[in-house]
Amino acid sequence: MRLSGLQKEILSLYRQCLRECRKKPDASRSHFKTFARNEFDKNMSLDKRDFAAIEFLLRKGRRQLDMYASPGVKDIKT
Amino acid sequence: MAALRSTPFRVLGSARPSLRLAAAAPVRGFAQLADGATKSLHASEGNERLKTFQIYRWNPDQPTEKPRMQSYTLDLDKTGPMVLDALIRIKNELDPTVTFRRSCREGICGSCAMNINGTNTLACLCRIPTETNADLKIYPLPHTYVVKDLVPDLTQFYKQYKSIKPYLQRDTPSPDGKEYRQSKADRKKLDGLYECILCACCSTSCPSYWWNSEEYLGPAILLQSYRWLVDSRDERHEQRKDALNNSMSLYRCHTILNCTRTCPKGLNPGLAIAEIKKEMSF
Repeated sequence: MRLSGLQKEILSLYRQCLRECRKKPDASRSHFKTFARNEFDKNMSLDKRDFAAIEFLLRKGRRQLDMYASPGVKDIKT
Repeated sequence: MAALRSTPFRVLGSARPSLRLAAAAPVRGFAQLADGATKSLHASEGNERLKTFQIYRWNPDQPTEKPRMQSYTLDLDKTGPMVLDALIRIKNELDPTVTFRRSCREGICGSCAMNINGTNTLACLCRIPTETNADLKIYPLPHTYVVKDLVPDLTQFYKQYKSIKPYLQRDTPSPDGKEYRQSKADRKKLDGLYECILCACCSTSCPSYWWNSEEYLGPAILLQSYRWLVDSRDERHEQRKDALNNSMSLYRCHTILNCTRTCPKGLNPGLAIAEIKKEMSF
């Protein structure tokens, strides 16, 4: 399937999230994984032509990733 | 802008003190106070002066909803003279979900920068135009990502500010171990530069910055660059100049001078940028 630029960006954000999960302590790694997945699942129903909303969520996701990727964050509630 | 500022000062008599009291007094007490205030004003003026404010609304919690303009009507006789007073009153009395940044309400903090009737300015320094037939339109700063309603995302702006190292850099201690002294002439060079409050009005009014905000520093940050370049106490003059010596950081300024026209503090970023360019070329 040919992906649009926006779709590729979202997939790359998701991969980045999973990569960051791997750096977290073993005990809480699964929490981070489910959290990231939930955040993406939340907006599954979004219309794929609603670019403004998708771009906003992409920016929001990057901000969240930045925050949760910092080594000070040890665990997360899902 | 000048037209907005030069509107004659309206005599508001009791309207303002009643708002002050409202902060401490319970709501019911405020209603009575406000009524008393309007009665006395109405006796002299006849009817109330209603003004409609159109405010940009967008809620990040519903990202699929499109941004919209919402209208609020206020009686100017019960409101303070500035746009910020009106906004605070709308938030207090009409719609608590209206979101905007404010802090000092006197043009020192730069929090309430927004686009009012097409001009970037500080809401606390902008008078409400007194003619009541035209609506006042309030948008967030143009070409910024919106966090919510009138709150812009200035992360990129602050990142750029950080990148110019806005602090004194020197290796030699002062000769007498006290503060670093300046001659009066050297101090005078900083006038018109140190007053900048980084409200981002100028940067977001610059078309060049709109299209190249990733790399072009923008007027506000360049004004600050110049402030550190001319500081006689700073010893990293050459490094600072080298950092600007590329096609994007500085030379995307095409002297459009929107920055100078819009600056709510009356500074001249355009001149500062021209001075940097001069210094770079000689």
